[in-house]
Parts: sequence; structure tokens; C-alpha cells
Amino acid sequence: MATKRQEIRTRTENVEQGRDRQNGRSPAGLKNGNAEKLARGLGWFSIGLGLAEVLAPRAVAKIAGVDDEDTRLIRLFGLREIASGVGIFMQGEHPTEAIFSRVAGDALDIASLVKAFTSSKSSKGRVAFATANVLAVTALDVLCAYQLSKDGTGGTQVRKSIIINSSPEELYEFWHNFENLPTFMKHLESVRVTGEGRSHWIARAPAGGTVKWDAEVTDDRPNELIAWRSLEGSDVENVGSVRFERAPGGRGTIVKVEVEYSPPGGALGSLVAKLFGEEPEQQISDDLRCLKQVMEVGEVVVSDGTIWDNALLTQRPPQPVPGEEMSKSQSATS
Amino acid sequence: MRANCWYGKKDVRVEQVPDPKILNKRDAIVKISSTAICGSDLHLYNHFIPTMEKGDILGHEFMGEVVEVGPEVKDRKVGDRVVVSFPISCGNCFFCKQEMYSLCENSNPNAWMAEKMFGHSPCGIYGYSHLTGGYAGGQAEYARVPFADVGTLKVPDGMPDEQVLFLSDIFPTGYMGAEMCDIKQGDTIAIWGCGPVGQFSIRSAFMLGAERVIAIDYVPERLAMAEAGGAETINYEEQDTYETLMEMTGGRGPDACIDDVGMEAFGGHGIGYVYDRAKQALGAETDRPIALREAIMACRNGGTVSVIGVYGGFIDKFPMGSVMNRSLTIRTGQCHVQRYWGKLLERIERGDIDPGFVITHRMRLDDAPEGFDIFANKEDNCIKVVMKP
Ligand SMILES: NC(=O)c1ccc[n+]([C@@H]2O[C@H](COP(=O)([O-])OP(=O)(O)OC[C@H]3O[C@@H](n4cnc5c(N)ncnc54)[C@H](O)[C@@H]3O)[C@@H](O)[C@H]2O)c1
Ligand SMILES: [Zn+2]
Ligand SMILES: [Zn+2]
Repeated sequence: MATKRQEIRTRTENVEQGRDRQNGRSPAGLKNGNAEKLARGLGWFSIGLGLAEVLAPRAVAKIAGVDDEDTRLIRLFGLREIASGVGIFMQGEHPTEAIFSRVAGDALDIASLVKAFTSSKSSKGRVAFATANVLAVTALDVLCAYQLSKDGTGGTQVRKSIIINSSPEELYEFWHNFENLPTFMKHLESVRVTGEGRSHWIARAPAGGTVKWDAEVTDDRPNELIAWRSLEGSDVENVGSVRFERAPGGRGTIVKVEVEYSPPGGALGSLVAKLFGEEPEQQISDDLRCLKQVMEVGEVVVSDGTIWDNALLTQRPPQPVPGEEMSKSQSATS
Repeated sequence: MRANCWYGKKDVRVEQVPDPKILNKRDAIVKISSTAICGSDLHLYNHFIPTMEKGDILGHEFMGEVVEVGPEVKDRKVGDRVVVSFPISCGNCFFCKQEMYSLCENSNPNAWMAEKMFGHSPCGIYGYSHLTGGYAGGQAEYARVPFADVGTLKVPDGMPDEQVLFLSDIFPTGYMGAEMCDIKQGDTIAIWGCGPVGQFSIRSAFMLGAERVIAIDYVPERLAMAEAGGAETINYEEQDTYETLMEMTGGRGPDACIDDVGMEAFGGHGIGYVYDRAKQALGAETDRPIALREAIMACRNGGTVSVIGVYGGFIDKFPMGSVMNRSLTIRTGQCHVQRYWGKLLERIERGDIDPGFVITHRMRLDDAPEGFDIFANKEDNCIKVVMKP
């Protein structure tokens, strides 16, 4: 049985249409909405990157190729990122000033990277990369960019887990019926079982359109683990597994997902996807949260703001959805 | 229907918007009979909470009549008269099962945003930014109420709205503030903030056995209402709060302190306020923790600081040394409303308290912009505004 969210979700979920929908519906004064949303997106990046810099300065230093001893500096950068991120939210309608603080911050980043370039301890290749990155995407998360570029193919590895108030048996059974997966994986359009251990997958891609692949089960241990891999000729090559571990104290099951895949559009595509709130890591953790909702409350929970999607640029203001829009999208889905 | 929508800093407008619909199977639609403006709404009004969107419908303190139920609503039916809790809670998750309703793991569809900001997400809340779910609020003619069995309390027909409306938030909230103090017989409790929430903390502290309650604010009519509730008061514009508390408690300090002020505290003593206000304006600090700092410094050794006032992000100059070296306990949270409202309804029915005492202004929903204006600016002796759609 399909969830409500699925029934009401439009199938053509590209950003353009999201915009049209919004412009068509919104009261006057929303013209600059997308610039604002983008600014707000940058706000989230600031906070995310800032937290990484504050909490794991060494890792950030390593990736950016600067001296480990500079972690104090990196922590400071972290606080500055958080401040400008918060600033972007607080400025409300016109986040210009906070954006300028970001730009100033980026200049600071570049200056210190240049300094690292001239110091003998840093590994120049990484610094060159980090500098280019800061310049090119104005301080988009270096951490992620590095991960994406570390092998030539732009392959991405994601590991996520969630604790769910159900038994490993229930979860294994639910997941093992692959046709259930689209009820909680919002980017999946359908999964069809095509034969012994084989299935055909159709997913919506970030820029509109679909990607398809065939998969086969490579390992299957009842109530414990399911592993799969895509077959030759797939749009997206991927290998993955899901594990069900009984949580201590009778607190349900820890579900652990590991996926490795090459995103359509490679590293650049993934950066763009990230900016639009559709980065793979976020997607998978959102999907797991929806699985938790399906198991614990029976369906995916939606609000007026997130009825179509909870990505940054496709949320609507929390007002009830007009009837025409609802029925239009319903007919679009059927 | 008509609804009060947010358009930016100090800009709310009553507009025509679509009627709500059932979106999930456990939803109900409530036709609103009374709705209030909360101090928490002021943080949105003054734009101190991130992720607001133009057109957001505000309001999380409301009640009314059930007019439609989803196919999986079990204990509510059309025609029931209900109060709605501001936390949206599923009733099934790890936290709901422990009655920590404001920590529900399933009710915030935007949990990812809250995770970036806070590390983990709290529950969804009506009309309270995208960070807490992007739910339309209750300053409207109708509202969609998810998980209706958990999120509504049936109230007897005979009791007027004004007696039961505040079970949605401020009465349980004030009560939880006092309960977190673990009050023992003979205790002295100090309460920062005599807004509506502070007023209920004062009454609840006495209900829970406090011997003395000392209430702090600078607004004369709010201090007067605190005194009417049995509290001694400190006007921090006229007296130094810390010095006065020490004088009143023989230098030991209150046994527990409640912060019923939150992120937009004003400060009597200049420098701290200017520092926080400036950092807040630059976006380098989101909250002004003036009352919180004071509550920590004043609390007696080994005492409890109960934080009910809302904070949204990051604070500076947090006196952790005082907390650590003096064995203080800090307790806090969005109120777990559904844990308290049943027993508080009984107290109202018994006549222990009539929560309507805080209401100073009754208006039509259409006058919401004016209501926000006078409540925010404490004009016309305003303490609590209740509106009728
Ligand atoms: N935790 C929860 O679940 C919950 C629920 C509802 C409200 N709240 C929060 O509780 C707080 C109070 O709500 P309210 O409706 O009473 O709001 P309010 O704005 O009417 O009251 C705040 C009061 O604090 C006073 N104040 C300001 N600075 C002070 C200072 N330095 N010292 C002493 N008093 C000071 C103000 O004069 C005002 O009277 C808000 O932050 C609100 O968001 C929390
Ligand atoms: Zn409130
Ligand atoms: Zn829950």
C-alpha cells in the first residue's frame, strides 16, 4: 500500500517545476525567493562546515592539506562559519550582509591556504586542491569535495544507521520485499522483482528525469543482512548492504546501510545535488528516518511545508495546499 | 479560511489561505474556537528563530472542535471539544513511550535541519519555522492536527475556553519549569520573567510545595500579577537582582532558579546587554542569555537551574565554572505537554486554579497584527492575548 506522501507527490520533481509551482501559488513578494533559498542553503553549509571545523579540526586540516598544528586556526574558522551561517538566517529577507561576511571569510580561507602553500610542512597537492576549491565554489564543504575527488570515478561511499522500534525479523521481512522500498525511499520511483534474486530499479535523478538499473542480491542472511550490487549496463553503478542488529536493552533494531556508488554527473553533479539538499548522505539518512516512520507510525509523516519534499529548495511555506494543486499532482502521479 | 501569516520581522498579516486537509491517516481537522499569542511567537516575530518562510501560519496555542478525522484516528470523533498540545508527538517512539513528548522522533519531517543546528532533532511544533517541521499553525480558523489521539485533550463542554485553552502550552510549561526544580518543603524558588509562563511557574511552584517564590521582571503590571499569586518580587531596574536575592536568602541563594525569559532577555546592567545585543545583531551570537547567566550565578550551591525560556542557537560567556564548581544541575526542555495536561485539567476542575487569570486582551483573529504589536511592546498593560476566529 503506497503511503500518502507517495500518492500526493508529483513525479516530476525537478527544481524548475518546484519554482513554477511556487511562483504560481505564492502571494506577491516572493520574487526573489530562489536567491533567498540559495542564501539559506549557504547558511546550512556554513553551519555544517563550521561544526566540522570546530569538532574535527584535525580531519579538516588533513583534508585541506594544512599543518596539523594549525587546528586552533581551523577552529576559529569554524566559529566564523557558524556565525555567518546563523547570520544568513537571521538577516531574514535580505541576507546580503551575512553573505558578505561569508565572502570575507572565504578571503580569509584563501589567505591562510596561500600561507600553507608557502610553508614546507604542507602537502602542496592538497593545498592546491583546497585553494582551487575555495575559489571555485566559495567555500563549499571541502570535506565533501575531497571525498568526491579522491578516486577518479567520483565514487561515493555512504554509511548511515538508525535505531527503530521493531524487531530485526520484522525489518528484514519488510526490506526483503524490495517492492516496499519506494514507500520510504523518496527518490525511488519503483522496484520490480524480475527473477530469482534479481530486480529492476527506477529512481528520480536530482535534475529531473530518471535513472534505471538492474540489481542482484549477493548475500542474504535471514533477519541479519541483505547485500546487493548493480548489474552491467546500469545508469548508476552501486553496491550496498543493509544490516539489522538487535539493539541492547530490548530497544529495537539498529539498521545499518552502506552504499557505494558513482552518482550521475560524477563529482560535480554531486556537488550541485548537495547544494540543492539532495546529497547522497542526506538522502540516505532521510530515507532511513522515513523507514522508521513507516515501521513506528505506519506511514511517512508530512507537514504542509514538506508535503512534496523536504529538500531545501522544494519546501513550501507552511500553509495548507490549495485543492487544485493537490488534485493536479494527484493526477500526475496516477 | 483566514489565518495569521508571518512575512518578516514585525510583519504579520491576516490573509485568506486554503483550508487544511487530512494528509496522514492519524490526522484530525480542528475548527478553532480560541487561539493565543505566546512569548515564543515573539521570537519569530522579532525574527530570532531561523528558517521562517514568508506566508508561514503562526500559532501553537489553540483549541476547538474536531470536524474531520483520518481513517486511523481511534479515540477522537467529529464533534469532540479538544485542546491541542503544541508539541506534535507520535505516541509510539522511544521518547513518546517515556512521556518525553517534545522529543518525539517521528514528528519532524525536517529533522535533518534540526540535526545540523542542534545535533539531534526535537519534535515537530505548529507554526514554528521549518526547523521544527514546517507545520501550519493555529492562529487560523482551522488547523490540521497530526496524531490526533496523542495531540488533543478532550475537555468537558461545561468549561469555558478561557479556563482550558492554556493547557495547550503555558500552564503545563510553567508547571514543568517548577517540577524540574525538584521542590522540597521549605524551598525558596527564584523565577526570572513574569510573562504568562512565569506566572504559571509561580503558581505551580507553590502547588508543588515551595515556601517562598521570588519573581523578577521590570514590568510593573506583571510584577503586580506575580504578587497576586503570592510571590515576592524584584524589579531589576530598581534593584540589583543578585544582591537583592542574596540579601533575601542570607547569602546562600535560592534553592532553585527558573529562567522563564529566554533568548531575548533585556538587561538592567548595561555592559552585558550591549555585548549580547551587538553580537546578536552581527549574527555572531543568536541568543542573549542575560537571565540565564544571572540565574546560574545566583543559585545556591548544589541547586537546580530550570531553563524554560527558549534558546535558539549559540550563547557566549556561559559561566560553566560556576555550574561545575558549585555542583549545579541544569534541567531544560520544550514542555512535554501531554505528560501534564490530564492532571492539570483535574486541578482546574477542582478549582485549585483558574488559568484565565493571565488574560488581559481579547480580540478577533483579524486583529492579530495589533495583538502582536501590543504584546511585543508590552503596551496597554498587555500580558496575554486570546483571539477568536
Ligand atoms: N519550554 C517551553 O516549552 C516553552 C513554552 C512556551 C514558552 N516558552 C518560552 O518561555 C519564555 C517566556 O514566555 P512568555 O510567554 O512568558 O513570554 P514574555 O515575553 O511575555 O515574557 C518574558 C518576560 O521576561 C521579562 N524579562 C526580560 N528580560 C528579563 C531579565 N533580564 N530578567 C528578568 N525578566 C526579564 C520580560 O519583561 C517579560 O515579562 C519565552 O522564551 C518563551 O519562548 C517555552
Ligand atoms: Zn507557546
Ligand atoms: Zn514519538
